[in-house]
Amino acid sequence: MASLKELKDRIGSVKSTQKITKAKQMVAAAKLRKAQAAAEAARPYAERLASVMAALASKVSGDDAPKLLAGTGSDKRHLLVVVNTDKGLCGGLNANLVRAAANKARELQAAGKDVEFYLVGKKGRAPLKRNFPNQIGTHFDTSDVRYPGFEEAAKIAEELVEMYDGGKFDVAHLVYPTFKSALAQDPTIDQIIPVPAPASAADSDAVVEYEPGEEEILEELLPRYVKTQIFGALLEIAASEQGASMTAMDNATRNAGDLINKLTIQYNRSRQAAITTELIEIIAGAEAL
Amino acid sequence: MALHFELVTPAKLVRSEDVHMVVVPGAEGEFGVLEGHAPFMSTIRDGAVQVYKTEGGTPEEIEVRGGFAEVGDNGLTVLAEHVEG
Repeated sequence: MASLKELKDRIGSVKSTQKITKAKQMVAAAKLRKAQAAAEAARPYAERLASVMAALASKVSGDDAPKLLAGTGSDKRHLLVVVNTDKGLCGGLNANLVRAAANKARELQAAGKDVEFYLVGKKGRAPLKRNFPNQIGTHFDTSDVRYPGFEEAAKIAEELVEMYDGGKFDVAHLVYPTFKSALAQDPTIDQIIPVPAPASAADSDAVVEYEPGEEEILEELLPRYVKTQIFGALLEIAASEQGASMTAMDNATRNAGDLINKLTIQYNRSRQAAITTELIEIIAGAEAL
Repeated sequence: MALHFELVTPAKLVRSEDVHMVVVPGAEGEFGVLEGHAPFMSTIRDGAVQVYKTEGGTPEEIEVRGGFAEVGDNGLTVLAEHVEG
């Protein structure tokens, strides 16, 4: 049986933990609103770009298509771009992402493909390195910026396109969470390179004039599309991180509360027991006289 | 008589309004877009997009970097990577 002092200290420590988790929960709730707003603000650009892409891609096809659209002609080497958070305290978010990425990697390996990882964010590094020690390629650090934004997305995309042009891989997949609600963030795997042919848009009869030419525009558009996809993933991870963090911290706060109640009851019982023993001793002593 | 003009960046929808004319710095030269322009698509170079709210008024200039412009049935859409200010 723990002594009274020990119990008291324990209660104090759990209380301060609860304060921290509660604070983190409120911070996450505030940041979540911001992250969601950012994700929503980015949607028009992505939608327009996708519709333009669809219109163009249906026109330029066959042998003229740029490599980014048509592929390298082989699908042996796969690159998994895994987007994780930089900070913890967000429940199972990163674990789920890593699991999804690892499953995909095993699946590809089982099919006889080579798999390499390109990691964004700190938290996926250790677990993936443990499981795939020789396949970790590049790691892109986002921890030095507060809110990874379009600049970071552009840098990642440029690096990926460079690697692609340099023949380092044939197919790239992007692994990121889709933010559904504060309770649910589902890991999603999308192919980003070669750019999957978008579902052909409803062809309007209007003859569109292109300047310079369709191919030139498409050539410029494709890297931009990759950038937008990665930017979208960065926004999703930001929103997911805050959402998951809010939920996890809410649970933690509640658990701490339960623990405090339990410990307080235990503390009071021990105190009562101590008082009773003391009383019995005094009475017994008095009776003996 | 108005042209619907939208300026969009990855971060947000910068403009969405009805204007008289917009002059866009296209990759192969500036071009002005009025209402009823034929469908058209062009990449743009870094420079200023001039927005004429009214005919003959002074243009408002918006610096844009990287992107392209699309003219369709629903007006002019400029997708820029970065917008100054």
